[in-house]
Amino acid sequence: MGKVTGFMEVGRKLPKRRSVSERVHDWQEIYLPWEEKDAREQAGRCMDCGIPFCNNGCPLGNLIPEWNDLVYHGNWEEAIARLHATNNFPEFTGRICPAPCEPACTLTINEDAITIEMIEKAIAERAWKEGWIKPEPPETRTGKKVAVVGSGPAGMAAAQQLNRAGHYVTLFERSEYVGGLLMLGIPDFKLEKHVVQRRVDQMIAEGIEIRTSTNVGEDISTDDLLKEFDAVCLSGGSTVPRDLPIAGRDLDGIHFAMDYLTQQNRRNKGQEFSPEETITAEDKNVVIIGGGDTGADCLGTAHRHGAKQVIQFEILPRPSEERPSVNPWPQWPLTFRASAAHEEGGVRDFNVMTKEFVGENGKVKRLDCVRVEWKPSSNGGRPDMVEVPGSEFSIDADLVLFAMGFLHPQHNGLLDQLGVEYDARGNVKTNTLMMSNVDGVFACGDMQRGQSLVVHAIASGRMCARAMDLWLMGESRLPTVRGYARPVTHLESKEGAPA
Amino acid sequence: MAIIPTQPDNNARRRVPDMTDIAERGLYEPDHEHDSCGVGVVANINGERSHKIIDQSLEVLVNLSHRGACGCDPRTGDGAGILFQLPHDFMERAAREAGIELPPEGRYAVGMVYLPQDDALRARCEEIIENALQERGIRFLGWRDVPVTPDAIGDMARTVMPAIRQCFVEAPEGSADRDLERRLYVARKVAENTITDMVTPENRKGLVDEFYFCSLSARTIVYKGLLISDQVKDFYHDLRDESMTSTFALVHSRFSTNTLGSWKLAHPYRFMAHNGEINTMRGNRNWMAARERSLESDLFGDDIKLVEPVCEPDASDTASLDNVFELLWMGGRSVEHTMAMMIPAAWYGHESMPQDVQDFYEYHGGMMEPWDGPALVAFTDGRHLGAVLDRNGLRPYRYWVTKDDVLVMASETGVLEIEPERIKYRARLQPGRMFLVDFDEKRIVQHEEVMERLAGRKPYGEWLKENRLLLEDLPTPDAVPGVDLETVVTRQVAFGYSQEDLKLLVGPMAANGTEPIGSMGNDTPLAVLSDRPQSMFTYFKQLFAQVSNPPLDAMREELVTQMAVPVGRRANLFDETPTNCQLLRLDQPVLRNGDLARIKAADTPAVRAKTISTLFPVAEGADGMQRALDRIRDEANQAAEEGYTLLVLSDRGVDSEHTYVPCLLAVGAVHHHMIRTRTRTMADIVVESGEPREVHHFATLFGYGASAINPYLALESLAGLRQLPNEDLEIPEQNEAEYNYCKAVVKGVLKVMSKMGISTLQGYLGAQQFEALGLSQDLVDEYFTWTASRISGVSIEEIAGDIIANHSRAFPEADIPANLTLDLGGLYLWRGTGERHMWNPDTVALLQDASKRNDPAVYEQFEEAANNEAQDHITIRGMLDFKFDPEEEIPLDEVEPALEIVKRFATGAISLGSISRETHETLAIAMNRIGARSNTGEGGEDPQRFTPDPNGDSRSSRMKQVASGRFGVTAEYLVNATDLQIKMAQGSKPGEGGQIPGHKISDYIGYIRKTTPGVELISPPPHHDIYSIEDLAQLIHDLKNINSDARIHVKLVSAVGVGIIAAGVSKGKSDVVLISGDSGGTGASPLTSIKHAGLPWELGLAETQQVLVENGLRGRIAVQADGQIKTSRDVAIAALLGADEWGVATAALVTLGCIMLRKCHLNTCSVGIATQHPELRKKFAGTPEAVVNYFMFLAEGLREHMAKMGFRTVDEMIGRVDKLKQRKSTTHWKANKLDLSRILTLPVGIEGDTSYASQAQDHGLENALDHQVIRLAKRAIEDREPVSETLEIHNSNRTVGAMLSGVIASKHGNEGLPDDTIQFTFKGSAGQSFGAFLSRGVTFRVEGDANDYFGKGLSGGKLVIVPPEGSSYVPEDNIIIGNVALYGSTGGEAYIRGMGGERFCVRNSAARAVIEGIGDHGCEYMTGGRVAVIGPSGRNFGAGMSGGIAYVLDEDDTFAKRFNDGFADLETIDAGSDDAEELRSMIEDHAQYTGSTVAQRLLANWDQSVRSFKKVMPRDYARVLREQAEQDAERLGTGEVTQEPKEGVPAHG
Repeated sequence: MGKVTGFMEVGRKLPKRRSVSERVHDWQEIYLPWEEKDAREQAGRCMDCGIPFCNNGCPLGNLIPEWNDLVYHGNWEEAIARLHATNNFPEFTGRICPAPCEPACTLTINEDAITIEMIEKAIAERAWKEGWIKPEPPETRTGKKVAVVGSGPAGMAAAQQLNRAGHYVTLFERSEYVGGLLMLGIPDFKLEKHVVQRRVDQMIAEGIEIRTSTNVGEDISTDDLLKEFDAVCLSGGSTVPRDLPIAGRDLDGIHFAMDYLTQQNRRNKGQEFSPEETITAEDKNVVIIGGGDTGADCLGTAHRHGAKQVIQFEILPRPSEERPSVNPWPQWPLTFRASAAHEEGGVRDFNVMTKEFVGENGKVKRLDCVRVEWKPSSNGGRPDMVEVPGSEFSIDADLVLFAMGFLHPQHNGLLDQLGVEYDARGNVKTNTLMMSNVDGVFACGDMQRGQSLVVHAIASGRMCARAMDLWLMGESRLPTVRGYARPVTHLESKEGAPA
Repeated sequence: MAIIPTQPDNNARRRVPDMTDIAERGLYEPDHEHDSCGVGVVANINGERSHKIIDQSLEVLVNLSHRGACGCDPRTGDGAGILFQLPHDFMERAAREAGIELPPEGRYAVGMVYLPQDDALRARCEEIIENALQERGIRFLGWRDVPVTPDAIGDMARTVMPAIRQCFVEAPEGSADRDLERRLYVARKVAENTITDMVTPENRKGLVDEFYFCSLSARTIVYKGLLISDQVKDFYHDLRDESMTSTFALVHSRFSTNTLGSWKLAHPYRFMAHNGEINTMRGNRNWMAARERSLESDLFGDDIKLVEPVCEPDASDTASLDNVFELLWMGGRSVEHTMAMMIPAAWYGHESMPQDVQDFYEYHGGMMEPWDGPALVAFTDGRHLGAVLDRNGLRPYRYWVTKDDVLVMASETGVLEIEPERIKYRARLQPGRMFLVDFDEKRIVQHEEVMERLAGRKPYGEWLKENRLLLEDLPTPDAVPGVDLETVVTRQVAFGYSQEDLKLLVGPMAANGTEPIGSMGNDTPLAVLSDRPQSMFTYFKQLFAQVSNPPLDAMREELVTQMAVPVGRRANLFDETPTNCQLLRLDQPVLRNGDLARIKAADTPAVRAKTISTLFPVAEGADGMQRALDRIRDEANQAAEEGYTLLVLSDRGVDSEHTYVPCLLAVGAVHHHMIRTRTRTMADIVVESGEPREVHHFATLFGYGASAINPYLALESLAGLRQLPNEDLEIPEQNEAEYNYCKAVVKGVLKVMSKMGISTLQGYLGAQQFEALGLSQDLVDEYFTWTASRISGVSIEEIAGDIIANHSRAFPEADIPANLTLDLGGLYLWRGTGERHMWNPDTVALLQDASKRNDPAVYEQFEEAANNEAQDHITIRGMLDFKFDPEEEIPLDEVEPALEIVKRFATGAISLGSISRETHETLAIAMNRIGARSNTGEGGEDPQRFTPDPNGDSRSSRMKQVASGRFGVTAEYLVNATDLQIKMAQGSKPGEGGQIPGHKISDYIGYIRKTTPGVELISPPPHHDIYSIEDLAQLIHDLKNINSDARIHVKLVSAVGVGIIAAGVSKGKSDVVLISGDSGGTGASPLTSIKHAGLPWELGLAETQQVLVENGLRGRIAVQADGQIKTSRDVAIAALLGADEWGVATAALVTLGCIMLRKCHLNTCSVGIATQHPELRKKFAGTPEAVVNYFMFLAEGLREHMAKMGFRTVDEMIGRVDKLKQRKSTTHWKANKLDLSRILTLPVGIEGDTSYASQAQDHGLENALDHQVIRLAKRAIEDREPVSETLEIHNSNRTVGAMLSGVIASKHGNEGLPDDTIQFTFKGSAGQSFGAFLSRGVTFRVEGDANDYFGKGLSGGKLVIVPPEGSSYVPEDNIIIGNVALYGSTGGEAYIRGMGGERFCVRNSAARAVIEGIGDHGCEYMTGGRVAVIGPSGRNFGAGMSGGIAYVLDEDDTFAKRFNDGFADLETIDAGSDDAEELRSMIEDHAQYTGSTVAQRLLANWDQSVRSFKKVMPRDYARVLREQAEQDAERLGTGEVTQEPKEGVPAHG
């Protein structure tokens, strides 16, 4: 259990980050390597709680106390095994997860949480370095063929799990790179792409067939898909971004964040873009609309482009520094948080609504905005937004980035052709076994649950793989995932009795 | 003249309790009835017969009457009786009056017979008896109606009274003495068996309840009945007849837990009267039955078959003891020989017992296992009279001999008025010892001589040397199975191991050699309700001793324990030949691979092992398992018949095709099958299995008949564990790891045994001290016969399903990469994908949020989450549902207000020390605000808290606990309570003592508990003043005396029979009984206990309600339930099952911030609750408001349930089980098999009683001598004027001084009065608990003697006791006080001119005492004070002693042998040292107060005397003193002279 009195002796300490002045000039990750002894000391703070709320806070159900203990005792190899038991890609979540486990850590009641995410990353990186992570193809094959459509974290996880269960897996990706947002959406300074690639390589070595630049529904018909495969997993993500259809929306210089971010990621991979195609913040006044993580990614990217000024607007109020009483531990804290990108500069402004984009020569030059207030709703629902009279203001902008989230997956094409039903929010509707109304067609990740975190995507992919395995084989020995419905261990007898 | 009512009295006012129905449909299990009592003997050692002897013994009986008990009818007792020599003169005349001419003395026998009231049945029985006798050549002479006065006894006793007649028979020609007795015995057995065979449900009452032979002998006769002591003589006219004479008489007064005592259950039995309890009874009976086939005796010839079954069915433990005693005696052994076989002393490893005596015991141990349990047995065959005390000395027995050679023995002194000058000497029976009155030699033969005679009978030692083998005598095997790390994980999976098993159980055992400790309670599902595969072991719950017998402290009192067992083939019980010890002795029963290999390799008459595989083809499924079971049983039987002496049930060889029968199932199957086929004693069972890994597994296997276990996979797992680097859990190299592991198992099993009060493994084997929970009745009947099992459940099919599920995980078609091979477990620590827990992230978070913000909506969510979790198959209550009838629903506002309901809540007994001061006080404030009760727990309470805070809050816990450690139990503590709770057991670890690690004993905690800071504290497993039900009644009486306003509670833990105990508790005048569930919290308990001991409160509560109501004992006692109660639904179910009040502990802590870290035992609670660490305590953030909010939520929630069911008051709903039904689960494959109907049986009450608490107990305080004492001391109490008086005292004057002390403590606190303000002299024999809790300023002097518990809880007063004026014996050679004197003293002085009994100054924390000799276990667990023993002292001195100092006179330099060096060291004392001066002043005081000549002699030559003393110095205490001295020196060095008082600790502390 780590060290019995560890938390009483040592405070929370993260590894050092590279200085802002250095890191804004490159695209590399910002954390410096962690000394082993520091990592072990931090892991020793874990109390191995009777109820590890972290384990509950983690959508994957990562066995955090277990590997903290193993790390504390220097047993890294066992730690990665324990980590891989619940998480296919700890090096991803060890970097880009908002780590809901940490605010759930019981120490946060009156202390700072264990550095769970960094320990996770340290375990994964140590394992890669030591060569402990190797292709692990299944011992036998079931003969079943499954298609996984969409290679983001959900699809990758589903594919790897299904392959481990012995099915022949084909992973379809419409872009030229495997990894979805991991590869194209998340900036390199948060997740360097070789980190994704080495996983992809592992999966290929394990026998997964990957077909990139294949848009299912266009390049291969859904009929053929259903004919060729015994089951299909839809994991195409939530790709339709939320728009802001106000006056001036059509002006040049207004882009969806994802267009901006993916282009930079491609550029980092050596792809070149014509000046017309290029979206850059260099020497520009940048306004990012949307205060979330994608917005922060844009902010970091804009600084690296050499933006003149970066402003990030959020329509909601600035969260308080302290937890509101209605939001107690171990709930996800609705408090103000800043990402590493925010250290690097930029202005964040809250309670701001953009009324109009004003341009010159077809190019955006200015935003007209107003401040808003949030009043408790009269009917007990979400608070009502009210504009503050006289608070109108304008702000110069040469580049406007929309980072307001995503609505749902793209319907036209694959989904409509398959004839899957949608839920009220436009996501693929599934039953408790994650199967859509089309027999043998399953869905997971953002495509099924709507936009969310990478950690949820992996969890959803794992769960879907298990459900598919159950459906295909009648039973499954793939592990269940915390945070989802309790396991159905056996398909025929749902009462849980072994046949 | 004879008055025999042929009809039950029609005027009976009440329904007679009839438990038959509730036994069949409800939870009552008659098997678990208990009794214990007062025993007395009066004998003329010279062998002169007189009527006076009978008269005097009846006087003794009357003076013991406070040790007996009454049920709901105050004139109906639990039974009393007398056994004496057949009085020829009387019999001759009486027979003649009945028209029968008797032959000369010795040529006839008299039977005392209970017969059916029904004329036809009676005639039938009489005919059978007559025939049985005639067939054996015994001439039947006739019947005589025994004249009785039914009006002299209680209504209920009269209603169930049998017809009582005597029969007269003539001895056949040539048959006399023993031969005659043997013929009578056979005839009686034949008659009994014939009548038993006739029993039908219709005639059951007549033939089973009424028919009974009290005695049938030419030597002795028994008069007994369902009587109170003082009724015996009035009822039986015969006893008043002057021609009734005897040399001796043996009397007995019974206190039983059951109410409808039965006439036949009264003592004495035919050979004995017994005060105690045989804990190993189930095993003893089974073994006896198994042995019947091998019985052969020339004396009996073919008749031996006629006496089967030896043990009468439906009998009490004493009846069975008597039955087997009788058989052995009839077989030719003497009474003392028989007794030494059945109740042996603790011989194994005894440091000073002669070798030939040890050989005698070992030799006979090979033939019969000990009948183990607290026992004082007085026995006789009519010619010899003896008494024996169990190895632990758990019953008091005092005797004294007069100058005219009359012996009086009794449970108490003072039971017979004898002038002091007539007394020759006073003594006591010592643990494990026996004495015999030899009427021929006209003297008492003492233990040593008895044993010397027995040991000299045969060359037992030589026989053992030639025939008995030890492991090392066996050949070295060719090959020993080693460790196979390749497959170890696969096999772990197959055998259901989890990672927790390795990390939390097996690993620490191998690393430290001890069982791991955990904290907080068990909140996981019952095995039958879990949706994960379960091992067979988890369906069994450990039983434990409470109230009717004490658990043992196997650690501190190891000398009475024995883990060595003889194994092999047992010979004929009657024989005494060299080959009777042809056995293998295992010095401990956990075999390593090499040990088993030796056994398998051997081929000698003693050791021939047959290995029987328990594997079966996995493809065959449950049928395969069933077939395998049948095969295993047959093979076992056959092997035994073929001459194999050991049967090794082995599951080695599990592979992808083969799986195993659970070894416990295999053992139970073989054991019971072989008992049935009577082959069981031909071979013993050895288990070679991969399954057993934790202590509980081993305990169950032993409990069902395995003699030795080789846990090969657990041992191999150690090698696997060692490969993982972990500096906190360093597994040593394999040999040492295995050694440590086995040691931990053996220690753990010993602890499990001692919970039940069983001290030898041999007695534990097959004793089946478990309750099955969730196994089908058929399965239990077949394989675990006689095991209590009250909710039926799964059968072979489900069990096989679990085994196969594990198997398929172990041997999958293919491995899935990255999958965890070993299951996580999650049984001890919550995991998202592990076992379910009632306390989980959701329930904890919601409850904290709801109570902190007082938000009913969130609370609603909490209730839902918690209830869903419970309903999703965790608890029994989750399987129950309310029956709502819409027509009965009433408006909510008509229901009793919540503010009234909350008063019925209590928080748990969580000690200060276990939790922080902040937490403890916050709970008290909260509960006081709502008029409910918080509980001190076992840790005392700071007197500052007795004064309310300026804002009106009170930090005083209304409920003060009195537990076995008596920490901080002062007079002031006791009077500052509205409720006093006697903790008999704790849900998380019933049958065990408490423990609090040293790092939690801060200065403050040490001050409150009056112990040494930093030193681990142990509460003994038993209360050393409660070894029996009558002892408990005594403590209740003590507490009621000191604080008559307080309700006295008795806290019990649910298990089969708890309702029966509760009935005894109600009869013992407790005001409240608490039934705790098995799942309650703890600050530190062995994990085995948390998980496997005790049962859910639903079962215990329902049983309690049923038994109390059926017996008419319910209205006078309030019933409380606790154990993971957390929602209003739980509360409502508890009320419907019969709880007036409810306890909530864990949930209350959760509202204060507890997040179930389960780190209480480590002192690292990060939220400041279960810690004494100053920095962590600062983090405590709980508020009384949150607690109050929560309890109000609970009450409001209950009101809603009440409204829906139509109850306006809580009283109305209590016990209404008809409002509950079993929920039919549709989703759980095992839960569907459960049958809860026995819980839902509505008991039938008795007129005048209620089903809820409605009236007060009659405590009988008006008779207390203290009323007079207080009156006489009035001026002293009020004005501190000195008072000095003299009073007479008798043994019936109990607890003298406690009431007075209560008055003083209420008025003056613990400071009391100035020394010697009140001085009383008492002349006579003081009753039990003399001077209990005596306050400062009071000096009591006794001129006479005193009984047990002298100076119990002495609280500052002074006690002096000297022999009475006129006595001529040498005081220092005689017993003057009883056992367990000065137990738990917190201050004061005592000077004792004479010797005391066992356990002097146990748990003394401050008293200063001088005594002239003591028995065993002196100063056990002492934590403070000073003791000087200026005479002989017994064994095991200073066990667990962590503070204080004892000075022991050791003139012959032998003390070191009898001293327990586990905690303390022996030192010599230098003349002139501080120690010497302290000792001298103690002896000077002693001389001054008592005039002791011993003291004077020592002082006369002090410098030499002091060298004869040893100083007993606890190591921890020495360390702390040293540290303090160093600190003081440092301060002096820095000029900082004044010592700052530590936080909260007054400077004088």
